[in-house]
Amino acid sequence: MSKAIEVESLSKLYRLGLVGRRTIAEDLNKFWARIRGKEDPYLKVGESNIRSIKGTSDYVWALKDINFEVDHGERFGIIGKNGAGKSTLLKILSRVASPTKGKVRLNGRVASLLEVGTGFHAELTGRDNIFLNGAILGMTQSEIKKKFDSIVDFSGVERYIDTPVKRYSSGMYVRLAFAVAAHLEPEILIVDEVLAVGDAEFQKKCLGKMHDVSEKEGRTVLFVSHNLQAIRNLCQKAIILDQGELHANGSAEECLRTYNDLVREIKINVDTEINDFTHRRGKGNIRMSSVEVTGLDGTTRFVFKRGERVFFRLKYNVYKEMSGLTITIAMLSGISRESIALVHHVLTENTLMPGDTGELLVEIEGLDIKPGEYPLYFELRDAKYNEYSKDVIDDLTPPLIVVNGDEELGETFNPGKPSGYFKVPSKIVISEIIPGGYLKKAL
Amino acid sequence: MGKNPVESDWTLEIKPVSGWLNFPIKDVWRYRDLLMMFVRRDFVSVYKQTILGPFWFFLQPILTTITFTIVFGNIAKIPTDGVPALLFYMSGIVSWGYFSDCLTRTSHTFITNANIFGKVYFPRLVSPLSNVISLLMKFGIQMLLFLGFLVYYKLNGAPVYPNMYILLTPVLILLMAALGLGFGIIISSLTTKYRDLTFLVGFGVQLLMYATPVIYPLSSLPEKYRWIVLANPMTGIIDTFRYAFLGAGSFNAGNLIYTAIFSITILSMGMLIFNRVEKTFMDTV
Repeated sequence: MSKAIEVESLSKLYRLGLVGRRTIAEDLNKFWARIRGKEDPYLKVGESNIRSIKGTSDYVWALKDINFEVDHGERFGIIGKNGAGKSTLLKILSRVASPTKGKVRLNGRVASLLEVGTGFHAELTGRDNIFLNGAILGMTQSEIKKKFDSIVDFSGVERYIDTPVKRYSSGMYVRLAFAVAAHLEPEILIVDEVLAVGDAEFQKKCLGKMHDVSEKEGRTVLFVSHNLQAIRNLCQKAIILDQGELHANGSAEECLRTYNDLVREIKINVDTEINDFTHRRGKGNIRMSSVEVTGLDGTTRFVFKRGERVFFRLKYNVYKEMSGLTITIAMLSGISRESIALVHHVLTENTLMPGDTGELLVEIEGLDIKPGEYPLYFELRDAKYNEYSKDVIDDLTPPLIVVNGDEELGETFNPGKPSGYFKVPSKIVISEIIPGGYLKKAL
Repeated sequence: MGKNPVESDWTLEIKPVSGWLNFPIKDVWRYRDLLMMFVRRDFVSVYKQTILGPFWFFLQPILTTITFTIVFGNIAKIPTDGVPALLFYMSGIVSWGYFSDCLTRTSHTFITNANIFGKVYFPRLVSPLSNVISLLMKFGIQMLLFLGFLVYYKLNGAPVYPNMYILLTPVLILLMAALGLGFGIIISSLTTKYRDLTFLVGFGVQLLMYATPVIYPLSSLPEKYRWIVLANPMTGIIDTFRYAFLGAGSFNAGNLIYTAIFSITILSMGMLIFNRVEKTFMDTV
């Protein structure tokens, strides 16, 4: 198979802080170095990109010595935490920014979707914007004309096509924008977090389209997302970036596991953060003072194998009288944020008094759920569902990540589609085996 | 984007910025449809949701001309080479207007387009080029206005003598566009790093107008200072324009050739700087 993209010791240096009077001095310095035929003095001082630690240098390597290759027709994922250099890499591949060192070689026409609806003009009609956006993305007038009907059809906004887009709902806007992008026919398609916008249906449509262009038309897709599930479903191969450096390179499944190890290293001090946490609802009658997710050995982690035991440890303080106490812990779907799995217990119906404190330990005996990423939701409230007596926290902790584990812990799902979140306990009774039928073969 | 025989199977190579002379003429040509779309966007969107619409194009030069006629003609009593004051000022204002619009508009290229430039690649030069083209519409409408006045005055026996030099108009427009674009993209390239220049552009253009024979004829200048105004490349253009349509002043081929050489130099310089900056500006803007 021939190569579509080849990245060779790619590096990108960024200067932090403000551009001010000192920059002129630095520019002169660089200029002086160049005249004497020396290396840029500021390239040497770059530090690796660790956001949380205050560095001594104003220069930071957003990417450092990245090497990888992508074959034609491959769906390739780029994984990494915030600030790992994903966007910088995409920007260089899309020719929006240029590298400091190293090079990239591409084979085929490239179209990049770092955003949907780039260059849309609010005053122009949908029709005009299709042509404008198409041209910005690199299509010629005649190409767009040919595909116009199909674009309008895909977007589903035919009725508003001659209305200025400023009158569109945001959903219609995104649909129209994606419809244009979906009809690009580049050999290499670069997609960044486009899926962060739009509803679940739309996201599914995007993923489906990207799968199709690669599978049916043999195009190369480069895909960056925080949604590990989307990467798992779409990509065959992947790389992991961490602090500007290449951390792993291999099959998507392999990379996701490595990434999980990486995430495991996140040490969050729940006890100090929980008090300042703003994503909580409730009037303060009761408050959780600590939330911990641990494995059997008691250490904090968020990655579990299927079928493994998971422990949640919650501490709470009561500030006002409460009639009873119930606990709810939910695992949400990453996309729709619907609750998929629920722990729900009424602990007591007796009155709790201000000053009461407590600690709860919830054990999930075997988390037999489809591998994926599940944001966590914690709720404490009274037994009477009084709005005032609750404390709800979600997204305090990293999402719970379930990976395929050892066979004996839980059966692995049949990898084919459809695959549900759970396997529902069921029995099958075969009353008659049709001779020669496939059931017989299967048994 | 070197395509040497060894790696001929690669269609594109992205490397660190180096050298100055890799100008993407071919790329700009490939994106000509985008150029036209940008021009169309400017046409369609400029006067959306205004009541007077393109009428604003008329109002602006008329009001400026009236002001100039009163202030410089009637109060300061600056001579106008025997031409009716109104025509004299309007001819200057209309042609100067195109140049200054080109300059100011293109000088904001990187700042106004930072968002779209940060998301998708196309030859950045397409943006300022489309500005220069779409500004032609405004210039055209104002020219019509000027010609209307010219015909009216001529019919009433005013001493104006349009002549064959009118045929030079396209050349004059081209030179103004080249000058405006050249200066504009140089400034826009420099403003990506040093914003100071944006403050300079506004009144810089204003000041430059006074160093150009827009409100006074070249002949009214004392010998001693004439060279300053003659060094200004716009002088040749405005002067020729006025001579062609009004028959006022004189035609000096030397001045025009000087302007042409100056314009080409500025434009080439501008393109070189712009082309280099377009690759790095995302890190600095």
